[in-house]
Amino acid sequence: MDFDAYFQLIGFGPKGWGALLLQAAAMTLAVSASAFAASLVFGTLGAWAKLSGVRAAAVASETYTTVLRGIPDLLVIYLFYFGGSSVMTAIGHMMGHEGFLGLNGFTVGTLAVGVVAGAYQTEALRGAFLSIPKGELEAARAVGMGRLLMLRRIIAPRTLRFALPSMGNVWQQVLKESALVSVTGLAELMRQMHVAAGSTRMPFDFYITGFLIYLALTTLSGFGFRAAEVHTMRPERRS
Amino acid sequence: MDTVFLAETMGKLLAGLPLTIELAIISISAGAVLATILALFRATSPIAEAIVRGYVFTLRGTPLLLQIFLIYYGLGQFAEVRHSILWPFLRQPYWCAILALTINTSAYGSEIIRGGLQSVPAGAIEAGRAAGMSRLLLTRRIVLPIAIRQALPAYGNEMIAMVKATSLASIVTLMEVSGIAYAIISETYRAIEVFLCAGAIYLTLNFLLTRGLAVLERWLNPHLVQSRT
Amino acid sequence: MFLRRLLPLAALALIAAPFASEAKDWKKVVIATEGAYPPYNMHAPDGKLIGFEIDLAMDVCKRVNLECSFIAQDWDGIIPGLNAGKYDAVMSGMSITPKRLEVIDFTHAYTNSPTTFLVEKGSPLAKMASPGRVSLDDKAGTDAAIAAIKPLLKGKIVGVQVSTIQSDLLNAFLKDTVEIRTYKTTEEHDLDLAAGRVDAALASVSYFSSTLNKPGGDKFTMVGPLLTGGMLGKGSGIALRKTDTDLKALLDKGLLAAIKDGSVKALSMQWFKADISAAE
Repeated sequence: MDFDAYFQLIGFGPKGWGALLLQAAAMTLAVSASAFAASLVFGTLGAWAKLSGVRAAAVASETYTTVLRGIPDLLVIYLFYFGGSSVMTAIGHMMGHEGFLGLNGFTVGTLAVGVVAGAYQTEALRGAFLSIPKGELEAARAVGMGRLLMLRRIIAPRTLRFALPSMGNVWQQVLKESALVSVTGLAELMRQMHVAAGSTRMPFDFYITGFLIYLALTTLSGFGFRAAEVHTMRPERRS
Repeated sequence: MDTVFLAETMGKLLAGLPLTIELAIISISAGAVLATILALFRATSPIAEAIVRGYVFTLRGTPLLLQIFLIYYGLGQFAEVRHSILWPFLRQPYWCAILALTINTSAYGSEIIRGGLQSVPAGAIEAGRAAGMSRLLLTRRIVLPIAIRQALPAYGNEMIAMVKATSLASIVTLMEVSGIAYAIISETYRAIEVFLCAGAIYLTLNFLLTRGLAVLERWLNPHLVQSRT
Repeated sequence: MFLRRLLPLAALALIAAPFASEAKDWKKVVIATEGAYPPYNMHAPDGKLIGFEIDLAMDVCKRVNLECSFIAQDWDGIIPGLNAGKYDAVMSGMSITPKRLEVIDFTHAYTNSPTTFLVEKGSPLAKMASPGRVSLDDKAGTDAAIAAIKPLLKGKIVGVQVSTIQSDLLNAFLKDTVEIRTYKTTEEHDLDLAAGRVDAALASVSYFSSTLNKPGGDKFTMVGPLLTGGMLGKGSGIALRKTDTDLKALLDKGLLAAIKDGSVKALSMQWFKADISAAE
């Protein structure tokens, strides 16, 4: 490999793609963060439905996790990308809206990756809730805490703490899956890497660069999650 | 919904099912063998451990899609690769996809098997040694069977992930179920129906896989089944 | 099944509002392009879209007082995206064909470039007969031209972009002769032609002229008949939704004016180094 030519190619000079790649990496982080937030919403709803004791809700949630964990993520993304618009347009018409309603690549990525990751998040949150010692809940009830107060003071913080390691895994998964959103044309890392590879005929140079950028992103955010774990575990150690 | 179109689409998609299954079976089996070798190799020396850790770290830290591109388009950039003895394989999208899928699953698999190996009770190994078993015999008769039994549930999830991952082979021109799905959409522009059909195929495939694994698990743990009755 | 439908629906309903596009009296037009089909359209290193179609759109839009902007969209989803309302028009070297006219509408054509093969200079296929232009409307001429290239192509692998007129052509005439390999972009089959994974690629002359101008392009050559007409269509036009007849009228007006005063020809010379502009 010719390193001078390589650094010119991925650098910030007039013929370099560096600025574009940095922008694309920022977009990858943005769509991943937003998908992760969405997965927390879907996951919380899913876990709550499974634990609610209402049979219909539990069955619905079970269907959700089974289906989304069994279908390729690529299909889910396409379903949202092409199907999403038809559904939205139909809703628009029902509400008396003329013309088309579209979802942009960012929204599609957020929803599709979020819904898939939400299925895993459901299991993570459910498992975490079940690992709260029964005694703590009983103690809270004994001192007369209301449901909402108990949720805020005991259940939410404890679930979050126990779920943190699994959530770290889901985050890594979201970050990597965001690469599939490239098929919608969203200018994230994978997409721009492919565009640059095709335009310059230097696929290896760009893909290996992308490889290193993804590795840096997953590693650095992995450190972040581990730090958060250590932080939230501190009270455990003190006691 | 247009049932005629759905039936027609289903028929076309099913033509890609053998390729999907083939990709899944070959890469899962080759990946499992490679994963076992990696997990055993890792325990042999600190250097071996560092190598395997690096391998697992890089492959788990990057998207599979990028790994496929790197192997398929990336390697093709070099004349050295194109003139090597590996080119007859790397020339074909089929083997590139299998290579990428196998390497990818071996990284995840080796971690799962490592977990299984760690769960083998020290007493069982000591007992084997005390009975005069050689290292190889010990590995084959005691360590691996226990480790595999322990690792099976997690490995089942990895297998399902691989069945899903075969869809990425469509990105390098292979016409498996997802590849055909793209082609139909670009001809008919009816995305929702096509993906409902394709989704149903993958769900069925994974459902059968899950059932099969449950049977296997029961067969591997006869003592648990008996105690439950 | 029910829940899977319901969940996205609920989610979509929640966020529908910010992405709603109002009913238009056509001031602003969003045009989708692939960004990977040089010199029609491509990405500059800074990520901006450039190319013949971008320049042409700016010219045409100015003539009819439209504010046009471009977004990049992968080819294989470009028509569903148009009909789903993600953008208002497509300019991506898309040929006007009877099959496409079933689902979308087109303006007048702006370019008309024949279809041909690209091979490596040293390859046996480089000896393929090149009889010049052959119209698919002329059945006898077409049959003769196809029969002439069949023996050489037997058992070879030909790369082509998915859902293009060229892939239709291969399926119609050479399905049993060659192994057809379909790619998401033309640049991908170029990469595989360079790597030797495919023996030939089939695309338009205008696209291949850009391939020849790229680094390493001098090892390729165009061979075979220059095919036009019939299923290959009437050239490339601006694709629109069938419902937007008012927009079609506007763009046709601007486009015909640009063809008439030689602007399209000038842009063609600038980007293709040849005149492939369509007739009025």
